[in-house]
Amino acid sequence: MSVYRPRDWTVQPPALTPAYKSTRARAPRSPLLRMPDGTASATSPVFGHAACGSLDNDLLQNAMQDGTPIGERIILHGRVIDQDARPVPGTLIEIWQANAGGRYRHVNDDYIAPLDPNFGGCGRTVTDADGDYRFMTLRPGPYPWPNSPNSWRPAHIHVSIMGTSFAQRLITQLYFQGDPLVPLCPIVQAIPDKSAVDRLVARLDMDAARPFDALAYRFDIVLRGRTATPFETNAEGN
Amino acid sequence: MVHQPGLLPETASQTAGPYVHIGLMPSVAGIDGNVREIGGDIAGPEAAGERIRVEGMIRDGQNMPVCDAVIEVCQANADGIFVGAGQVEPGFAGWARVATDFDTGLWQLNTVKPGAVGHQAPHLALWVVARGINVGLHTRVYFDDEDTANATCPVLTCVPDARRGTLIARRSGGAYRFDIRLQGDDETVFFDL
Repeated sequence: MSVYRPRDWTVQPPALTPAYKSTRARAPRSPLLRMPDGTASATSPVFGHAACGSLDNDLLQNAMQDGTPIGERIILHGRVIDQDARPVPGTLIEIWQANAGGRYRHVNDDYIAPLDPNFGGCGRTVTDADGDYRFMTLRPGPYPWPNSPNSWRPAHIHVSIMGTSFAQRLITQLYFQGDPLVPLCPIVQAIPDKSAVDRLVARLDMDAARPFDALAYRFDIVLRGRTATPFETNAEGN
Repeated sequence: MVHQPGLLPETASQTAGPYVHIGLMPSVAGIDGNVREIGGDIAGPEAAGERIRVEGMIRDGQNMPVCDAVIEVCQANADGIFVGAGQVEPGFAGWARVATDFDTGLWQLNTVKPGAVGHQAPHLALWVVARGINVGLHTRVYFDDEDTANATCPVLTCVPDARRGTLIARRSGGAYRFDIRLQGDDETVFFDL
C-alpha cells in the first residue's frame, strides 16, 4: 500500500480567493479533514494506450469536418513526474480548450466569437514509459468572462492528469510564456506562490518545433510523491 | 502547511471551470465522436452485489444548485476489492464520472453497493470539480443502513460527531440520497487524502 506524501498546500491556491468571485459561495469554510494514513484507496483505473483512438491527441484533426482548424499550430509536450522526480508512465492526460477565437465548443458558451467547424477542443493521451506526453493543437484565444466587467482569461489549456490514485488526481491550466494577461487573471493569481504560478507557464521550445509546420511549447507536470513500502519496492518492475 | 525540502513542488491546481465537460465528458458538452467517452459505467453488467442508485444535488453557500460540476467516483466491488488490488468481475471499472444536470443540479449514479474494505465501512470515494473550486474536493458516501460497519470505520470515526451525518446517504425508496453542501452550516466534510 502506497502512502502519499502530505500535500504541500503552500503551492496550492486556497479554496477561498475572493477576487475570483465564483469561489465566494463555493469554497468550503471548514478546513479539510486529514484522512488517516493508508485509508485512501491507492488504486486507480488503468487506461492503456488502447483507451485512446489514434487521433485523440491530435486536436488539429480529431474534429475535422472539411479542413484544418484556424489558428496557430502548436505541439504541446512534456513529462509527468512525481515529487521524487520519478516518471509517471501510463497515466491518462486529458486536455480541453477554446478555439483560436476564444470560443469553447460547449452548449453553455455563447461568446460572440464563432465556433470553428473543424475544431472540437478536446484531446486525450497516455504517458509513455518515460512519463512523456504529446499533443498537436492550436493556441487558444483569450476570452472575456463575467467575473468583473472587464475580466479576460489569458490563453490557456485545461489539463487533467489521472495519476496513480485519487490522492494524485490533478486538474490544472497551462498558460503561455509572455502572455500579459497572466498577471491580471484572478484564477491564476489565486495561487499565492509566484514560482508555482511560473511553473504553470508553458515555455516556447524551439528545439521541439517542427519547421514549416508548428511551434512547440513544453509543460512539465509534478504529481504528489509516494513513499513505498519495502514490499512495493521489490515489486517494482513487475 | 508542510514544507518539503528536497522534493519537487507539486504542480498547482486550477479550477476545472464551467466547460470541464469538454475534456472529461464531451457528450455532456454537446460534442460527439471526437474522442471516446470513458467513465460511463462503473460496475459493468457482470458485477455481483446489490444494484443501487445514488443521487443528489450539490448546493453552494447560498443554497443554489451547482449545475456545472463533474464528480468522479471510485469504489470497491461488492467483495470490497478495488480494481488493481485483486480479482474483480470482468467489466467492473470501479471508477466513473457523473455530471450535475445543467438545469436541476441533480446527479445520479447507478452501481452496485460496495463491500467493506478491510475495517472501512462500505463507501464511495468522490472527487468534485467545478467552476469556483480551486482544488478538487474529496469526500465520501457512506450508507445509512450500515450502522454497525459505520460505527467502527477508521475514517468515519475521525469525523466529529456533529458533521458525520454529512457523509451518510439516506435510503429512500429505490435510491440513496446524498446531497453535498459546499459551504454553510451543514457543510459536507471534505478530506485531505
